[in-house]
Amino acid sequence: MNAERLQALYELLEQVTGYIYPNEIEIHWSILIVVYPYVTGLVAGAFILASLVKVFKVKEVEPTYRLSLLTALAFLLVAPLPLLLHLGQPLRSYEIFLTPNLTSAMAMFGFVYAWYLMAVLLLELWFEYRRDLVVLAGKTDSRMRWIYRTLSLFSTDISEAALAFDRKAIRAITIVGIPSAFLLHGYVGFIFGSVKANPWWSSVLMPIVFLMSAIVSGIALVVFLYMVLTAVRNQPIDMRCLDTIVSYLFYAVIVDFSLEALDFIHRLYQSEESVKILGSLITNKLFMSLLVLQILLGMFIPLGILVVARAWKFNEDMRKLLYFTSAILIQVGIFSTRWNVVIGGQLFSKSLRGLMGYKMEIMGIEGLLAALVLLALPFLILAIMIRVLPTERLGDQVTRGA
Amino acid sequence: MRIPEQIQRLAVITAVIIVSVLIARFLLIPRSLISDELHRASTIQRENAKPIKFAGSTTCQDCHEDKSTQIRKGYHKNLSCEGCHGPAAQHAENPMGVKPFAPRDRKFCPLCHGYDASRPTGFPQINPTVHNPVKPCITCHNPHDPVPLQVPQSCSACHAQIQRTTAVSSHALLRCTTCHNVPAQHKTAPRSVMPSKPSTREFCGTCHGKESTQKDAPKIDLTNHGNAYLCWQCHYPHLPEGRG
Amino acid sequence: MNKREFLKGLILFFPAGGLATILTKRVGAGETGGKEKGPEAPGGKEAKTRPNGAYDPERHYYGMGIEIDKCIGCSRCVEACKAENNVPPEPFFFRTWVERYVITRNREVTVEGINVKSKTARETTQDDREVLRSFFVPKLCNQCANPPCVQVCPVGATFSTKDGVILVDAKRCIGCRYCIQACPYAARYLHPETKTADKCTFCYHRVVKGLLPACVEVCPTQARIFGDLRSKASRLVRFHRMNKVHVLKPSLNTDPKVYYAQLDGEVR
Repeated sequence: MNAERLQALYELLEQVTGYIYPNEIEIHWSILIVVYPYVTGLVAGAFILASLVKVFKVKEVEPTYRLSLLTALAFLLVAPLPLLLHLGQPLRSYEIFLTPNLTSAMAMFGFVYAWYLMAVLLLELWFEYRRDLVVLAGKTDSRMRWIYRTLSLFSTDISEAALAFDRKAIRAITIVGIPSAFLLHGYVGFIFGSVKANPWWSSVLMPIVFLMSAIVSGIALVVFLYMVLTAVRNQPIDMRCLDTIVSYLFYAVIVDFSLEALDFIHRLYQSEESVKILGSLITNKLFMSLLVLQILLGMFIPLGILVVARAWKFNEDMRKLLYFTSAILIQVGIFSTRWNVVIGGQLFSKSLRGLMGYKMEIMGIEGLLAALVLLALPFLILAIMIRVLPTERLGDQVTRGA
Repeated sequence: MRIPEQIQRLAVITAVIIVSVLIARFLLIPRSLISDELHRASTIQRENAKPIKFAGSTTCQDCHEDKSTQIRKGYHKNLSCEGCHGPAAQHAENPMGVKPFAPRDRKFCPLCHGYDASRPTGFPQINPTVHNPVKPCITCHNPHDPVPLQVPQSCSACHAQIQRTTAVSSHALLRCTTCHNVPAQHKTAPRSVMPSKPSTREFCGTCHGKESTQKDAPKIDLTNHGNAYLCWQCHYPHLPEGRG
Repeated sequence: MNKREFLKGLILFFPAGGLATILTKRVGAGETGGKEKGPEAPGGKEAKTRPNGAYDPERHYYGMGIEIDKCIGCSRCVEACKAENNVPPEPFFFRTWVERYVITRNREVTVEGINVKSKTARETTQDDREVLRSFFVPKLCNQCANPPCVQVCPVGATFSTKDGVILVDAKRCIGCRYCIQACPYAARYLHPETKTADKCTFCYHRVVKGLLPACVEVCPTQARIFGDLRSKASRLVRFHRMNKVHVLKPSLNTDPKVYYAQLDGEVR
């Protein structure tokens, strides 16, 4: 073990209060494991927003449909990276495909991921973009033409019948995609919720809470990206679209808040053995990240903003400002939620008698820098994708007069 | 029925993926990578091949029968040789070449025998700072047949914690034998016969009863104070005034 | 497709399938599971053997008994384990460790790990007069019969042997640390060199040869005893007869095989 890590552990030893089992001094699931559920949550949330258009026929949200799908894809591509970086033996990660242990929730990662990527997201994107790809393949110069032709899988039929088939296919895939998205992120919640050894994690509500906060963060992300994209392109925002998205965001925040409040009240009321150390955990170790970031900044304030924005008839600019602010605050809040679950669950001892600390390294494969790069990467990927795949249907741009 | 062009394209791709997965999984990947039994068997094989560092006392006695017989008669009879002498499997393989460690330093024996309040009562403990400082323990105590230089005269040799507790209590000046009958055998074979505890209320009453002439002892009326019980069922005689 | 094509396909299909089966069988037979031949240790525990002399795991089922009233907290067991199993010497990795409990009159419980020395020496300025009970508790992997660690391993790298010991396949472990999170007793750690999960194995490499685990071997007061629950006469069976036996965290239904006698209710 390198001297640096050892020195860090010795320092952590000094920060221990109460009693911890000796092996617990090392925090095993680091910030990368905070990034992973955050990222898959955004994938699931963005996809749910897209599904509003195709399954629930919420036409107002149509302008962000493609953006939501591309966002989901960009984040999905990055999702396995934090896991790979975190493994003690990443070169053996193929084993999860070869010999998955069927009793382990984590073993389903490879399969659920592959299913969601290929049978849901890529498939839906292909059907959505096929017509435009065929059209673009005919119009552009030779270099891009081959890219478009390959992406369209060399298809050429853009007759009405073919387009109708595309629409039906999209609807079918989205219907399958909703439970798939639930599974993609819900299983992560189950990974935590099924650990009976850890009273902070062990809860029936865990997969549900994970999913709801995922939906909240995904919708907020699309709000943020839509506003940034239209600003960068100097286009007018479709306020009806934005207002509708934000109203769904509002409902999602309400449900998420209710679930988390329920969990909290339930724990306090039952007052099981772990309630003392968990209370100590919150007040001593998670004060900033839970009470300030997750609850105040991430939930109460955005909720307040959204309530006010709905109740009061603000002008367009004011609404945009309020929406943008709450979208950012929500991201901070949901990231803190993930932090509080993952890191928080490791800051108290299973002896229920002590607390320890997490020293996040800055450099290093599981450090802050690595996490920031992984969080920035999907935006880069999205930027590249948007260059190739238009976010508006060809033809719609013309009618809008862009 | 004409298959839509999209389905044709997708079917090809799907077929390619499925076939390559099947080929990879069933043809290319050797069974050794997949089979659980093979993995477990090879793990157990690897585990069993790990080197053994501690030989075990039964191995030591094969050559060192005299020490083994000696230790079996004394207070250290339950100790394993390697508990003090360290791992000796290499020495058993190569008796002349590798010699095990022999603890001769004063720091060693207090690992077990140094006073620690959490140690169970009856375990012989000393305070290493004041108990014959400087001299190595083995000067007076043979580790293969350790006996105190004299049969413990004071109970504190084995009951150090009780003695220390009593020493700061109001019963400090009482001798252990005042209240406890200690059969002689207890000093040589402690677990075979236990000292007695006072069996009547009147025993404590000799000092604490109304009629007692003992000046400093607090007095109670034996007839109505905690009638059904022996005194020590509530009061801890080694620390009667016990802080609240 | 007409009949001719169908038959052609059939003729190709069977040999192809047969070829595939033969290939996979050949590769599979290349690695045989080794059965360890364990000689019967002289005078020690007999490792029951198969007719051909090999150790038969199905005839054993191991457990450990610990008597709290005998433990003197000398940590010989911890040192021996580190020596026998190449456990890193730093105070952050333990296959077994000892805890000290001090319970005072106002029902305050202080627990301390005696193998982990913190530089800010926690002065237990314990007023001895306030102490009601004080004792040592050795801890180790409980080799549960219903192990949560085996349940959650995504690649099946950790498993229970037929004789009741839970092992980690260090060649397959991917170091995801789910098992470390799932163990309620914090018995597992990530080995800093192999970057795989590691834990007490009841010194399996000793036990199959009829020896005792290192910690049991060196315990000066026989506070730890090791036994075979399938044996007709074993120290562990007597332990179960003569003591009121406890296990740690019974409500989690892990069915541990490390049994404690005289275990105080404050022990977690």
